[in-house]
Amino acid sequence: MSNTATGWEPVIGLEIHVQLATRTKMFCGCELSFGQAPNTRTCPVCLGHPGTLPTLNAQAVHYGLMIALALDCEIAPRSIFHRKNYFYPDLPKGYQISQYDIPLASGGHLEVPGGPSVRIHRAHLEEDAAKLIHHGESGRIHGAGSSVVDFNRGGTPLVEIVTEPDVRSASDAREFLQLLRTTLKQIGVSDVNMEEGSLRCDANVSVRRPGEETYRTKTELKNMNSFRFLERGIDAETARQIGTWESGGTVVQETIHFDPVSGSLTPLRSKEEVHDYRYFPEPDLVPVAPTEEMTERARAELPELPAARLERYRADYGLADDVAGTLVGWSELGSFFEASVAAANGNAGAIARWTTGELVAFLREHGIEDPRESKLSPDALAELVGMVEGRTLSRGAAKEVLGELTAEGGDPRSIVEARGLAPIADTGELEAIVERAIEANAAAVEQIRGGKAQAAGAIVGAVMKETKGRADGAEVNRLIREKLGI
Amino acid sequence: MISRDQVLHVARLARLRIEEEEIDRISRELSSVLDHIEKISELDLDGVPPTSHVIHVENILRPDDPRPSWPAERVLEPAPDPAGGGFRVPTPGQ
Amino acid sequence: MTADVLRMSAAEAAERVLAGDLGAAELFSTYSDRIHQLDDRLGAFLWTADEPPTQDGDAPLGHVPLAVKDLFCTEGVATTAGSRILEGHRPLYTATAVRRLAAAGAPMLGKTNMDEFAMGSSNENSGYGVVHNPWDPERVPGGSSGGSAAAVAAGLAPWAIGTDTGGSIRQPASLCGIVGLKPTYGAISRYGMVAFASSLDQCGPLTRTVSDAALLLRHLVGHDPCDSTSLGLPEEVRLPSRTDLKGLRFGVPHELGSRAEGVETGVGEVFDRTLDRITELGGEVVQVGLPHAPHGISAYYVIAPAEASSNLARYDGVRYGPRARNGTLLDLYERTRAEGFGDEVKRRIMLGTFALSAGYYEAYYGRAQRVRTKIADDFEAAFDECDFVVSPTSPTVAFKLGERTGDPLAMYMADYCTVPMSLAGIPAVSIPAGLARPGDGSGPPGGLPVGFQIAGPAFSENGLLDASFALEQALAFDTTAAFL
Repeated sequence: MSNTATGWEPVIGLEIHVQLATRTKMFCGCELSFGQAPNTRTCPVCLGHPGTLPTLNAQAVHYGLMIALALDCEIAPRSIFHRKNYFYPDLPKGYQISQYDIPLASGGHLEVPGGPSVRIHRAHLEEDAAKLIHHGESGRIHGAGSSVVDFNRGGTPLVEIVTEPDVRSASDAREFLQLLRTTLKQIGVSDVNMEEGSLRCDANVSVRRPGEETYRTKTELKNMNSFRFLERGIDAETARQIGTWESGGTVVQETIHFDPVSGSLTPLRSKEEVHDYRYFPEPDLVPVAPTEEMTERARAELPELPAARLERYRADYGLADDVAGTLVGWSELGSFFEASVAAANGNAGAIARWTTGELVAFLREHGIEDPRESKLSPDALAELVGMVEGRTLSRGAAKEVLGELTAEGGDPRSIVEARGLAPIADTGELEAIVERAIEANAAAVEQIRGGKAQAAGAIVGAVMKETKGRADGAEVNRLIREKLGI
Repeated sequence: MISRDQVLHVARLARLRIEEEEIDRISRELSSVLDHIEKISELDLDGVPPTSHVIHVENILRPDDPRPSWPAERVLEPAPDPAGGGFRVPTPGQ
Repeated sequence: MTADVLRMSAAEAAERVLAGDLGAAELFSTYSDRIHQLDDRLGAFLWTADEPPTQDGDAPLGHVPLAVKDLFCTEGVATTAGSRILEGHRPLYTATAVRRLAAAGAPMLGKTNMDEFAMGSSNENSGYGVVHNPWDPERVPGGSSGGSAAAVAAGLAPWAIGTDTGGSIRQPASLCGIVGLKPTYGAISRYGMVAFASSLDQCGPLTRTVSDAALLLRHLVGHDPCDSTSLGLPEEVRLPSRTDLKGLRFGVPHELGSRAEGVETGVGEVFDRTLDRITELGGEVVQVGLPHAPHGISAYYVIAPAEASSNLARYDGVRYGPRARNGTLLDLYERTRAEGFGDEVKRRIMLGTFALSAGYYEAYYGRAQRVRTKIADDFEAAFDECDFVVSPTSPTVAFKLGERTGDPLAMYMADYCTVPMSLAGIPAVSIPAGLARPGDGSGPPGGLPVGFQIAGPAFSENGLLDASFALEQALAFDTTAAFL
């Protein structure tokens, strides 16, 4: 949805909650839960029993620092925890321990190569709430008679990342979130799985006329649990707001639920009062003042980040932006590519094209996330590409070989031999086939002589059919021209 | 001074039910305490940082080593309404 | 024999048990029998152990049983914090302080009565009945550790632990004529102490002698990985031995001295006589200033209720405790809490919620924390001029039951002299210094106990106990006088 199309500019900020892949919870030693039976990963601390006290997970701080550095944030020399006070059954203490006006990190940024550049307002540490399971027909809160609380999830460490309202379209939001997800996955701090809830995203959405300097009222879209829903939800809400403004109405600040099935937007039941969280500094925890040692350890554990990797692909391999962007945005694919280039000792451009073209098509068709799950090895790809570049295998044949490599594995040469896909080595044999094809396609020949070069396609096609794709297309064309004397 | 409305608002924030006949008494009691407390508004506290932590240490961190969790039966023992392995409550907002 | 046993200090009893002269079981039953026979006159105990767990071998605390304020979680044993909202609640774990003392050889004798959630200065706010002062049953023992103080003063427990947030160990110790110590904030783990005001709560001993307090302190202090705010003490707690006060300066702040606001004449006289004793022992009495101390009550009654309003939010009927049934979720919360909490607790929750609420935070909570900084600064400056700051522990002797329950502010004033030390996080001890009659001349003709408070800089426990010991010996107050 572009500005010119609607005359309005979407203004979007994202609030992302990342569940950290530590072993234990943020403030107690209970192990994190993955679908365990209810209330089997709890203790008096995360149940909010009388007399219990929180103790801060060192690894959560470490991961928080890694995230801050990956997003190029400034790390607060001294940050503190605050209590956010409210009543809800999934909040055992009646307050959430979070960070308020002095968060762990602030002022960073993340650029999508060739895409949106988004400033990070802040990143802070907090604990997750427990799970409330509603017992009604839909499992959703409306119409439920009673609810049951499972405290397994309660206390899971979270980092909350808040962006500035720099995102200008739903698709930009999606691209940004995908890159953020890739980044977090690469640095290894979270499973970042939206369906499972280890990556959660809310969007603050408003619109304004291009050129307006202030912001209009924003609404909050909560918990969209896939990239597609995020994009669709933001699009739907933007359209709704534009409709409201254009019909002379006013957008009201509210929280909205987007139903991806029906596409409808429903305001969430408005609370009796706007929450007054009565934030005050958490007296049971002492400040976090990251030492140089802590920061350097976090920095040292950071792998190469997407932006740096993109630069390297451009510089070292001379890759075009779109190809490089795909390899960077899909980190497993990028790693596969690099392993293949290392095996090939060259042909980076061609390997990149095969990787982002044929291999991606195969992976998408089979719903595979990680290229390592296919049977194709980076070495095999390198060899295959080498054969094509060295003209010892035609593109067509290579595609067939790739199909088998990804499905069954093996090495290219054996497959070529087994299926008789070797290019025609005997030029004489090829010449003879070309001659036969010319003879059989008199009409095409006449068209060619008449100036229509594309008509050669029919002859090439006939040759390919007879050679079962083993002929080299360029060579066939050369022979046709030679035979026809053009 | 704290008004009736403020008393009701605060009671709601604190999830304390107070009956109509209690409101005046509570309002009087709280007002008397607040009047005394209000003396601190006369002090010159410019540039004085608030105490947020009494002890001056930082970075007290717990190693990320798992400790055994309590069995579900044990944690559900004190529950006023255990059900389905969890703690049952009326659904919020109904 | 029983009388001899009772009159021994806990330390002496420990020595005798370890020497084999006194049986641990015998010692235990002496006390538990007395509780069964006599406690209905006091109301000090909510629960008494049937028998101690069998303990073998050497234990530094000599198997001398310990009364434990019902604010400390004790696994499997009801822990109510003096409140009906925790009626019958059996914790899943035991507080670190209780565990440490039990491991050192002080088994639990019983759980003592207290003001609900430690909020009170008279033990009249308990959901389980008042406690009577053994010196005069028509009077309060002080609070919130009223049960622990009364038990020790009446000879129903050799020693006890309590908690002090604004004076809740020192003030009842003063009103009951025994020793009460609030250590430096962070010296002892708070894990397992039902929280009232997290930045102020501290565990401490209530004993009949300073040496007993030191002995318990030694085994209580230390960093606890379960409490991030626990530091322990930089040196091991020594048993005190000082015989004079030569070379020590005792600062008297006029804001908290004998002519301070609300101090009864009799209390002032005992205080002044004690200053004379100090001089006789070679100590120097100097004037110091604590200009912001008079605002201590104001700051405290914002900060403590604010933290309490948050700490008590967990009592919601969802996971433990009684629950108001048959309604909406809002009914569950509002009625459970209204029915379970007493009036004083509700008052403080409301006060605290108000002080933190939108639009009021800066004016109340923000300012109160700044006043707190100034009070801490005042003490720091005072300790440049003296080694210890002294004051009466309580402005009055024990008042009558019912006397202040209609006027919350009057009740709060009982903490006037103790609250500044709590806000500054520094250690302070109350030792019984003499007897005085209340302002209206009522009560026993011999008078009622007056406590003398000595406060030192953070982490000065050894010096503080040493000085207190020397003074205690000189004062020779009879801490058995109120034995039942």
